[in-house]
Amino acid sequence: MGAANTDKYKSDGTAAGGLLEWVDARFPLLSLWNDHLAKYYAPKNFNFWYYFGSLAMLVLGLQIITGIFLTMHYKPDASLNASGIPAAFASVEYIMRDVPWGWLIRYMHSTGASLFFVIIYLHMFRGMLYGSYRKPRELIWIFGMLIYLCLMAEAFLGYLLPWGQLSYWGAQVIVNMFTAIPVIGPDFALMLRGDYVVSDATLNRFFALHVIAIPLALIGLVAAHIMALHEVGSNNPDGIEIKKKKGPDGIPLDGIPFHPYYSVKDLVGVVVFLMVFAVIIFFMPEAGGFFLEYNNFFPADPLVTPPHIAPLWYFSPYYSILRANTVNFFWIDAKLWGVIFMGLGTVIFAFLPWLDRSPVKSIRYRGPLFKGALVIFVACFLILGVLGTLPATPGLTVIAQVCSILYFAFFLLMPIYTSLDKCKAEPERVTGK
Amino acid sequence: MSCDDKVDCGRRRLLVATATVGGVAGVAAAIPFVSTFAPSERAKSAGAAVEADISKLAPGQMMTVEWRGKPVWIIHRSKEMLDSLVKLDDKMADPKSARLMQPGYAKNEFRSIKPEYMVAIGICTHLGCSPTEKFKTGAESGIADDWQGGFFCPCHGSIFDLAGRVYKNMPAPDNLEVPPHVYLSDAKILIGEDKKGA
Amino acid sequence: MKKLFLALLSATLLAPLLVHAAGADLRLDKAPDRSRNYAALQNGAKVFVNYCLNCHSASYYRYNRLTDLGLTEGQIKDNLLFTSDKIGEPMTIAMRRAEAKEWFGVPPPDLTLIARARTSGSGSGADWLYTYLRSYHRDDARPSGWNNLVFPNVGMPHVLWELQGEQVLSSDHKLVLAKPGAMQPAEFDSMVADLVGFLNYIGEPMANFRKELGVFVLIFLFILFIFSYALKREYWKDIH
Repeated sequence: MGAANTDKYKSDGTAAGGLLEWVDARFPLLSLWNDHLAKYYAPKNFNFWYYFGSLAMLVLGLQIITGIFLTMHYKPDASLNASGIPAAFASVEYIMRDVPWGWLIRYMHSTGASLFFVIIYLHMFRGMLYGSYRKPRELIWIFGMLIYLCLMAEAFLGYLLPWGQLSYWGAQVIVNMFTAIPVIGPDFALMLRGDYVVSDATLNRFFALHVIAIPLALIGLVAAHIMALHEVGSNNPDGIEIKKKKGPDGIPLDGIPFHPYYSVKDLVGVVVFLMVFAVIIFFMPEAGGFFLEYNNFFPADPLVTPPHIAPLWYFSPYYSILRANTVNFFWIDAKLWGVIFMGLGTVIFAFLPWLDRSPVKSIRYRGPLFKGALVIFVACFLILGVLGTLPATPGLTVIAQVCSILYFAFFLLMPIYTSLDKCKAEPERVTGK
Repeated sequence: MSCDDKVDCGRRRLLVATATVGGVAGVAAAIPFVSTFAPSERAKSAGAAVEADISKLAPGQMMTVEWRGKPVWIIHRSKEMLDSLVKLDDKMADPKSARLMQPGYAKNEFRSIKPEYMVAIGICTHLGCSPTEKFKTGAESGIADDWQGGFFCPCHGSIFDLAGRVYKNMPAPDNLEVPPHVYLSDAKILIGEDKKGA
Repeated sequence: MKKLFLALLSATLLAPLLVHAAGADLRLDKAPDRSRNYAALQNGAKVFVNYCLNCHSASYYRYNRLTDLGLTEGQIKDNLLFTSDKIGEPMTIAMRRAEAKEWFGVPPPDLTLIARARTSGSGSGADWLYTYLRSYHRDDARPSGWNNLVFPNVGMPHVLWELQGEQVLSSDHKLVLAKPGAMQPAEFDSMVADLVGFLNYIGEPMANFRKELGVFVLIFLFILFIFSYALKREYWKDIH
């Protein structure tokens, strides 16, 4: 850090060196390179969980590139063509069949969307394992939460575009959630759709938001997320600050330059990820109906609801929470409680930096109370996720209610159990490499 | 690449090897993306070869068929029209059709398979306008007193003879293009393909 | 701690099975796999064009793509090209949707994607189609005179009845062949399997190529993995 505007690149006499010197005199190329890569000192003990940040960047890039190519052929048009099929639906099949290699790009985009959520959930879990949201990294965490919310919006908007049965009815159900908001709800839902039902107008605005508005916000937030990270420095599996122990040269003793050490290490992670990605794209693009739902191969029919509507897997924990609210409290009915709790369930992560009162950050030095709470929380999250894909039965609803309560208890009781917990002493220096 | 004391040669070799394999992967991944810019199956189907029935085309007449969204002219040239072409050679920019604006089987004096039937894409080789027919000869044509019949491009004034050859000193650089075509029978031409369909 | 997380993770990976089990309210016969049997798929194409393509379109599938199955363009033009005169055209039909709706109650759906769309927890879309097309039985209560065990109160009559014969429901709700048709039951099943194989193929014509390409991509990525892992080891030997 601190290299900005001080060291400027000096040519080594070659043509390329001369060009670099010319550019660097006019643009902070060298200082950007140093601040974010070559002289960004990251703790040397990153483990498996630290791959998911760079992988998330990779998938964001892949989604943008594949998205641009899909946009060249896709038509956001709900009108019926001569064969009685909506033009939007037909244009997706046009991409799958008539556009050279279109099928590969479409599968990359649909698989990338789901894997993006896998990566983001693991990345968030890493933050919870090692207390990466704790001071001084609260703002990184908040930017991250905003990215997560944008990503959910992006996924929801994009899911309408193929204009299949689940696209249509999924959008119908989610837009109707907003009708639960008192007073303005019904009008708000109407404004969102731009019509009395989900229609061509909805499809066109969702398309605009999906291809430009939300991606712009995402890119800006990712930049802010990384700038904030590089300002305070990365956390590590020991949850201690490497900047506290610096050598005579001002470089943290446990820090190593991100480039080349973590660039070559992340490259391995990227290749392994690409192998997983390729297995799904080439051998199971529908991923058993979880990444591409079978019912969505029927074009949207506004008159017939499919027998079983489930949200995409990455929304299903929240969908379970929504459905678990079956009682009216006070003057608010169950429908609104469902929407409130679902919203809270996504937003509540943002309060973690202030809910956690533990003296240590990393799970390695935490006591049994936090460890137990985290296990219960993850179990509830996964169970809610599975329940969200199943049709609701009275028995399953009770399980969903218990899990929802435990889900919120994890956050709301955190100030208590983290204060009471018996923690181990943190080491002076990082352990392992 | 030179190796001296400051450089770890083993590491450098590995770096180059990894970069090479990674580069191959990058190029391979780029191929599908670049390929999407090529015409789709729908465009290819719409641009497939078209059949033209010339049985009712009288000498001195022309007809236009659409192939790949472009006008293709079929001109039934009369004896006088064919005779006039030979006389025009010295006024032409490329009288012998030396440049590759026609398939090999149409590289001859009349730029056609059968002398009486001319097939050409009616798009000016200058900037893509479609020339208009000027079959009337002499001053009546409004082009020149010794006009032998041909085509006039309204955009920039290029003129072509009845074999689609461009006159000298015109904006258009080349003769009109002759598309691939084949006679399915005396009365039918297939435009867009050389071989009779399988 | 680690073990617990691993257990939770494997539980999530098993969740799809749970969902599948939950959907298994219908017993479907397994459709024979015809995906690499071109002769069978060609026969399926012939059955499709002769029996289905009058009412159902396959409007994303182009005739010339049948060359995938080893047919030449000439063979396609001579034997299969009934609804269009251009080989690059998709398999559309002339029937108007409004009329179709009047005749059948619902317009006959496009069949290009039917095998993908009919996949469920009970089985693949091919299994569904294979069982469905063999489960027609006589039912005088229906306007068409036919009903179906897999698709109750289906609008479509039994198009293949002359080949299969007439089935009726026995008292214990089983299908019984009451009047034999032009084909032996095994022969009929094989023909339906060919037709379903063809429908499965047009659902994703690039499926075979996709899998073949995937093998090469994975082999290549594995090579890249070896190099990148060696490079990582090389750099990280500095770090203690």
